Amino acid sequence: MTTPMVHASQVRKSFGPLEVLRGIDLDVAPGEVVVVLGPSGSGKSTFLRCVNHLESIDGGSIHVAGELIGHRVHGRTVHHLRPSRITAQRRHIGMVFQQFNLFPHLTVLGNIIEAPVGVAGAAKADALRHARELLDRVGLAEKADAYPKQLSGGQQQRVAIARALAMRPKLMLFDEPTSALDPELVGEVLQTMKKLAEDGLTMVVVTHEIGFAREVADRVVFMDGGVIVEQGPPAEVLDNPRTERTKAFLNQVR
Amino acid sequence: MLHDSPPIEGTEIDVAGARKVRHPWRWVASVVLLVLLAQLVHMLVTNENFEWGVVASYLNAQIIGQGLLMTLELTVIAMFIGILGGVLVAIGRLSENPLLRAVCSGYVWFFRGTPLLVQLVFWYNMSALMPQLSIGIPFGPAFAQFETNSVITPMTAAILGLGLNEIAYMAEIVRGGLITVDGGQQEAAAALGMGRGRTLRRIVLPQAMRFIVPPTGSQVINMAKATSLVSVIALADLLYTVQSVYNRTFQTIPLLLVACIWYLVITSVLYIGQSFIERHYAKGSTRAAPQGFLAFALLRRRKPVRSE
Ligand SMILES: Nc1ncnc2c1ncn2[C@@H]1O[C@H](COP(=O)(O)OP(=O)(O)O)[C@@H](O)[C@H]1O
Ligand SMILES: [Mg+2]
Repeated sequence: MTTPMVHASQVRKSFGPLEVLRGIDLDVAPGEVVVVLGPSGSGKSTFLRCVNHLESIDGGSIHVAGELIGHRVHGRTVHHLRPSRITAQRRHIGMVFQQFNLFPHLTVLGNIIEAPVGVAGAAKADALRHARELLDRVGLAEKADAYPKQLSGGQQQRVAIARALAMRPKLMLFDEPTSALDPELVGEVLQTMKKLAEDGLTMVVVTHEIGFAREVADRVVFMDGGVIVEQGPPAEVLDNPRTERTKAFLNQVR
Repeated sequence: MLHDSPPIEGTEIDVAGARKVRHPWRWVASVVLLVLLAQLVHMLVTNENFEWGVVASYLNAQIIGQGLLMTLELTVIAMFIGILGGVLVAIGRLSENPLLRAVCSGYVWFFRGTPLLVQLVFWYNMSALMPQLSIGIPFGPAFAQFETNSVITPMTAAILGLGLNEIAYMAEIVRGGLITVDGGQQEAAAALGMGRGRTLRRIVLPQAMRFIVPPTGSQVINMAKATSLVSVIALADLLYTVQSVYNRTFQTIPLLLVACIWYLVITSVLYIGQSFIERHYAKGSTRAAPQGFLAFALLRRRKPVRSE
């Protein structure tokens, strides 16, 4: 048995009195594509943000590629990691946001090479070569010198994907990557993500795009109220949901 | 009906050559202003108390030049301290450490809440409060001791007074700039594995600059004029120098005019520089942003955008 890429065990998280994650168990195998569905406010974003420790968790544990995230075990006690160690852990985990969050003062190339050169210690020439390869891969080779504001939303999101890939992540997290896009631009981003999935990248994708889930996902996870209600192969969960909550949700988004 | 004149039958309307709207009050106002201006010029020329000959002879006198240099030097040093310290205090006010936040807020509260003139005189009279200064272990033995009066010269008092005061104002400007940057930027940087310091330097500050640079330009112009306050602690800046001359020669008005002319020269040069910088930072926010020479010179890393 190989080490799972993500191993989340009884993850709990509260914001003040509001318990947002109430014991999430989820394993993601290397190369697997998991699509997370669920109504707004069910804790999908929060869970993704816990995986790369943008949010700390209050209980349970998360391992990525066998490494405990945000903490270390010393003898029988668990310690919080210092910020610089947490920062280092994030370098292996790519994340794509709903609002793209490109750096507006840097060109497309500048956005992509910022972290590889600045924190991963890549030589600038190598980083630039890799960046151009990635831009080619997301179909934006000719936009290398543009600034984010000069691009459409779909193009910006594809640059954001290239930027995350530039750190050669073992795992990619997508938080509703197409929700901020005009409908006609959704397809190009999903197409890009599909290619990544075919290339064997491990992906956890929060989305409302049922078509994408059906076509690309190895597994669909349905979350509601801070717990995983149901999971399984897309055909099973999407076509024969076992719980009423899943049925109700699917009826709404379709 | 939207119009009150009947349509002209059988012809197409052409608005070319339409009569202009008349503005009689503009003419009245212009005439009044011209009369007032003529009076002013007449007074400047005919009133012999201005002593323009004296003004001309002192305008580039060596002693005035020395005062001018002191004014420029103080402006540069105080602004340097103000900007550097302002960034630090601003970061402190946004820190997660509540004590640091409180101390930095208290600093801004105190230095913005008391007059600069009072602060200058206060630093100048430090020796009355603490006759001796020492460096050593807090509440423990001292390694070195100085007479306060030997350390706090008029020059150091002026630099402390102007610089520490400026820190408070710059801190507010920098903080205002930093909080305009969307939180998503820091998240994206964190997700890429960038640390806090690096994120601030490479991601947040460059974006905040658009909101920091224009008011900083105003601060420099204000500082150039505020340095004249140091004349009260006998530091030989531009104002103190002309005062010392007219105390001897009693040519008060012409010498004050000399000072005014030089202050106007300094602030005009600064103003021109500021408008260049403002134009540059306004450009960064538009979709099609061609990079001018200044942009290229200021932000070397940016390459001009090639539009296809
Ligand atoms: N930083 C935060 N502080 C307080 N409450 C939050 C925070 N982030 C999320 N929440 C709350 O947690 C719940 C789950 O949010 P989220 O994970 O964004 O849901 P989803 O992504 O499934 O829509 C929501 O009720 C939301 O208001
Ligand atoms: Mg969400």
